[in-house]
Amino acid sequence: MTSIEAHVQQPYKYGFVTDIESEVVPAGLNEDVIRLISAKKGEPEWMLAWRLKAYRNWLKMSEPHWPNVKYGPIDYQAISYYAAPKQKPKLDSLDQVDPKLVQTFEKLGIPIEEQKRLTGVAVDAVFDSVSVATTFQAELAKYGVIFMPISQAIREHADLVQQYVGTVVPYNDNFFAALNSAVFTDGSFVYVPKGVRCPLELSTYFRINASSTGQFERTLIIADEGSYVSYLEGCSAPMRDENQLHAAVVELVALDRATIKYSTIQNWYPGDEEGKGGIYNFVTKRGKCAGVNSKISWTQVETGSAITWKYPGCILQGDNSIGEFYSVAVTSRKQQADTGTKMIHLGKNTRSTIVSKGISAGRGQNTYRGLVKIMKGAEGARNYSQCDSMLIGDKCGAHTFPYIDVRNSTAIMEHEASTSKIGEDQIFYLRQRGLSAEDAVSMIVNGFCKEVFKELPMEFAVEATRLLGISLEGSVG
Amino acid sequence: MPGHGTRDTGHALLEVKGLRVAVAGNEILKGVDLAIREGEVHAIMGPNGSGKSTLAQVLAGHPAYTVLAGSAKYEGKGLLSMKPEERARAGVFLAFQYPVEIRGITNSYFLRSALNALRRERGEPELDPIDFLQVLEQKLKAIGWDDSMMNRPVNEGFSGGEKKRNEILQLAVLEPRLAILDETDSGLDIDALKTVAHAVNQLRGPKRSFLIVTHYQRLLNHITPDVVHVLADGRIVKSGGPELAHELEAKGYDWLRDAAMVS
Ligand SMILES: Nc1ncnc2c1ncn2[C@@H]1O[C@H](COP(=O)(O)OP(=O)(O)O)[C@@H](O)[C@H]1O
Ligand SMILES: [Mg+2]
Repeated sequence: MTSIEAHVQQPYKYGFVTDIESEVVPAGLNEDVIRLISAKKGEPEWMLAWRLKAYRNWLKMSEPHWPNVKYGPIDYQAISYYAAPKQKPKLDSLDQVDPKLVQTFEKLGIPIEEQKRLTGVAVDAVFDSVSVATTFQAELAKYGVIFMPISQAIREHADLVQQYVGTVVPYNDNFFAALNSAVFTDGSFVYVPKGVRCPLELSTYFRINASSTGQFERTLIIADEGSYVSYLEGCSAPMRDENQLHAAVVELVALDRATIKYSTIQNWYPGDEEGKGGIYNFVTKRGKCAGVNSKISWTQVETGSAITWKYPGCILQGDNSIGEFYSVAVTSRKQQADTGTKMIHLGKNTRSTIVSKGISAGRGQNTYRGLVKIMKGAEGARNYSQCDSMLIGDKCGAHTFPYIDVRNSTAIMEHEASTSKIGEDQIFYLRQRGLSAEDAVSMIVNGFCKEVFKELPMEFAVEATRLLGISLEGSVG
Repeated sequence: MPGHGTRDTGHALLEVKGLRVAVAGNEILKGVDLAIREGEVHAIMGPNGSGKSTLAQVLAGHPAYTVLAGSAKYEGKGLLSMKPEERARAGVFLAFQYPVEIRGITNSYFLRSALNALRRERGEPELDPIDFLQVLEQKLKAIGWDDSMMNRPVNEGFSGGEKKRNEILQLAVLEPRLAILDETDSGLDIDALKTVAHAVNQLRGPKRSFLIVTHYQRLLNHITPDVVHVLADGRIVKSGGPELAHELEAKGYDWLRDAAMVS
């Protein structure tokens, strides 16, 4: 391993296990398990019916194998679908949270005691299958913003959930989305009312702790007319030799003139040098720009997971709506990522921007897969795509599959792509000016990712650059 | 090489002895001896492929070059065992023949990071962007630039001449003790050449030494060296005063190369 590779491939710092008594349902998937999950969450009948419909569909579906990733068969009966720390039922006060959980999130840099809050960020903390704390709910309620675990929203805002759930990612959308629809446990629900600019950044942190479990988060965000919200998600998991499945569904709905900014820092356990262990991150994320002049912007920094399969996309339905996708995906060790986006242009004068940065090191394999589809009615649609790959070392790989489907001749499409190798000469040049080898690599990687990092909210930009072991331009003395 | 316009009083800043260097398995430098005293300007001339850049790179510590034998002392300490960044922080600067591009990093951020790395080494406080701008203003004037070049990514989309000027700007900001200029004159038009030469002359001083690598003597019309060496086939085959550069201009290198083959 060269010094450059060693620098990119830092030890995983979040691999600890919290020793806490948990209730884990026995492994296996059947209708009884789904009924049990639904009962634990105190769900209304319609939700259970929807889960069962999804499950019955899932049974007829098969796991997709078109992504450019390799892994052994997954035994869905060997997974436990529900694990929750034993604690008193969640009360209104955050003081009731088990100190072990508070400490766990503290260790991960996610304070859930409001007095230690990250300035301007409200947090929903999800531990295995349950949300254990959600901060600033009362504060947000003053603005009419609903921010709560989705299981709570299903009980308390059934009308909104029922109206929107499954409208962007249908229960039978794909194999993993169907599985999620059947067994999802927690995740966040956000509703921002008309004309409200959400006063805090909203964020959810997902922590897997229990072994032999899967995590099936579901998040639904609705931005009503003329509203704005910025939402961030983070995650991590213990180091284990087994592979754990994380199959999430995220749905976003932006009504007329609404903007949703959705940022992810994905730091699941990536497995060891030899590819042993690590999370299978099979995720469906999609936003619908339902209203005119609406905007959905995805930003992701993907550094973790053994395997990533993820294409956050936008359905640009409203006229003049805008979809954006900014991505940095890093694969080192034996990580494999097949990630990109789908931009579906339906409305007139819709615009999309795709900026993808893939960094491969070690024996990592990094695939960009993107689809831009311009439908017949999308008069005057535009897309700009830029896909850059950087290789560090010579045992890794970068692959690009940009698909374009244009059915309206007024569309304007631009595509740029590049592959570069981080070179000894570049590093030497910086070292000759007095920078250490580490700082030199940081600077080169930072420069490469710049267009994406500048899209992240400040708190997360710092976190992202730290994860890549790199320092942010402007934040260095 | 006393007697060739050098002052006998200065301390040796760089002393290279019997330096043999290989790259990609081929021996390129076959025993180079060179002593540069404080305040001196030495020029190394020679035909293409004679090993001039190899000498420059090996003094700066490029990892692709393997030292087979010999030594190099800088300020009395072994230079060859130091990391490239340690050499830089100790005051060794190389203006590259082919400066590299660093995407997404502005010229000004890069230069400030470099200056702060040196300042940290010297125990001086780091400069924030505003303090740095003040330092930069004066240095920019010296090379005839305004600060529009500073917000562009390092060397990206720069013309050949702009890249070379950028090297001289870095030299001016970092104020090294030993500045090695590798073919800084190539790719410059006559006006740019004069600007660069003027900037270098401004930086000459009793404590700062230069090793100027060039294929042509035209730069030396504007920067008068104390000593001129001719490198041919991996050895210094002749040393002399500034007049040697003119002789080479008139006669070419072949007569010296033949001499090197024989010896
Ligand atoms: N990195 C390298 N890999 C392989 N050969 C090299 C490398 N650098 C220099 N050389 C070879 O070494 C010889 C001397 O090159 P160089 O020092 O660049 O000469 P000059 O600067 O005098 O033109 C040439 O034959 C060149 O091809
Ligand atoms: Mg050369």
